Amino acid sequence: MSVDAAELPVAQLREEGRWRSLLDFYLTTMRTAVAEQLQYRVTNYFYMLGMIAEPVIQLVVWTTIADQHGGSVNGITAGEFAAYYIVWTLVRNMNIVFGAPFWEWRIREGQLSGQLLRPMHILHYDLAYFAGWKFVVIGLWVPIAIGLSLVFKPDLHPTPLEIVVFVFAIWGAYLIRSMFQGVIGMLNFWTTRGAAVFDLYMATELLLSGRLVPLQLMPGWVQTLANFLPFKWTFGFPIEVLVGHMSPASLMLGLGVQVLWIGIGYVLFKFAWTAAIKRFSAVGG
Amino acid sequence: MSDPASIIHVSELTKIFKVPEREAGLRAAAKSLVRRKNREVSAVDGISFEIAPGEVVGFLGPNGAGKTTTLKMLAGLLYPSGGEARVLGHVPSRRERDYLRRMTMVMGNRNQLQWDIPALDSFELNRAIYRLRREDFLEMRDELIELLDVGDLVRKPVRNLSLGERMKVEIVAALLHRPQVLFLDEPTIGLDVTMQKRIRTFVAEYNLRHGATVLLTSHYMADVEALCKRVIVIHHGRILFDGALSSLGDEFAAYKTIGVVLENGNAPLDEYGEIIHREEGRVTLRVPKAETSRVAARLLNDHDVLDLTIEEPPIEDVIELVFAQER
Repeated sequence: MSVDAAELPVAQLREEGRWRSLLDFYLTTMRTAVAEQLQYRVTNYFYMLGMIAEPVIQLVVWTTIADQHGGSVNGITAGEFAAYYIVWTLVRNMNIVFGAPFWEWRIREGQLSGQLLRPMHILHYDLAYFAGWKFVVIGLWVPIAIGLSLVFKPDLHPTPLEIVVFVFAIWGAYLIRSMFQGVIGMLNFWTTRGAAVFDLYMATELLLSGRLVPLQLMPGWVQTLANFLPFKWTFGFPIEVLVGHMSPASLMLGLGVQVLWIGIGYVLFKFAWTAAIKRFSAVGG
Repeated sequence: MSDPASIIHVSELTKIFKVPEREAGLRAAAKSLVRRKNREVSAVDGISFEIAPGEVVGFLGPNGAGKTTTLKMLAGLLYPSGGEARVLGHVPSRRERDYLRRMTMVMGNRNQLQWDIPALDSFELNRAIYRLRREDFLEMRDELIELLDVGDLVRKPVRNLSLGERMKVEIVAALLHRPQVLFLDEPTIGLDVTMQKRIRTFVAEYNLRHGATVLLTSHYMADVEALCKRVIVIHHGRILFDGALSSLGDEFAAYKTIGVVLENGNAPLDEYGEIIHREEGRVTLRVPKAETSRVAARLLNDHDVLDLTIEEPPIEDVIELVFAQER
């Protein structure tokens, strides 16, 4: 050691307890995110309109097909399709995280340098910021969901247990997706072609998560495969919790699998971060 | 061995970047798909120095000399390729929380504040990030706002501030946690003279009040002259000079200037030295350092001298000389 820093004549600030401070950090960052998002009301509404275009198209297509097939497709009625895609809009918004493509921007613009200088892990910052953003989005989502419900008449009758599990499941989905998007985003430390991997990830997610169509409509082997990959646990599972008729055991098992994927994602994120940061050249500032 | 009294200890610090390289054109692009060519660039090449607590040191060098790379290694942003760095007893590249809480780095060309909301909200976020007690945070925040005179600015969204105003609130945000070590990378770049002076005065005041150690890079010699007694000159990743700013001229300038006003303002003075300036009877001569006294004596002897001054060359000229010598 070069110097006993404790003896330096500089004012020292006392530190609050670690967990209390972390909670304070999350709440403050979430408040900051809300404050920032509220600056752009019109942008937010346009964003939401763009976001519901995809499920509304799906809804129209599947309810039409259901009507033409005597009221259901593979046992899913028009009302259940409506419930699926209306809940989908909320789950989709909960699944918005600091996306992999933005890692390149973060490095190039020097944002990462600024974040590295602070005594807070970047994962906490991303999780807290986007968690705050959710509250703005959910506020905007409510009137849209009411409007869609009035038009499409969803068949949705969740039990109190399903509602509680759903609340946990959408945050579980958020954590899983944050970790995996982060891992892919960190490929930018090794290659400038991280976008190709991201495209592959997104295509796989589209097919195997229940985002494009309910997994129930996919072939049996696809449904089996989806059980062993993270994607279903970020889309299909949270939606099914609310609209499906899962047993309490299945609900708990689903949450358990989410916890497992959060753990796997966290380990991968940590491993990637430790390696990536050694390669960081701080070119952006 | 590190000096036990130093707060920043750097020994044989090295940073090598691997830079991809290829010729222009489609053929070279296709070739690079199969085989990439990389070149190793030594940005910092085995530098060593020690900085004592409370020192304000100017880190000088032309663009690409390795100043910012060194600062980034000391701030923990970059992993060194070799050598050793210790700041406040910590190895910066480990980026330990305790270290990050006690240092700061301000980059003049980068904005770390939330763009769309008032700076006060960003300050609040920093309070949470640095885990500061509210009373300590408020005390420091108000002190910094007063010192930098930004009371009216901190309530405006950052995007509405001018460059200089943004830099001032940026500095407030960077110092809220009372860092013991400040790395300032071109803190006055792009600012007008008044704003530069304001920031210089502030850095000096902060150093006095809090005993903080400052390592500063700047292309403005006025910053360095106002703040730094000691300078480290770096070029091509190597240290060319480390010592008192006042002795930089002694070491590197091979000449001095003699200003002379003669009764006969038109007298030819070419034989005494190189005439670098002549205005309203006053002539400025550049003479080799070793001959200064002899030339001055000759001038006094040969002419009716009304006024004669001997001066060191301007510091900008000396720095230019240092870079030119690249010894």
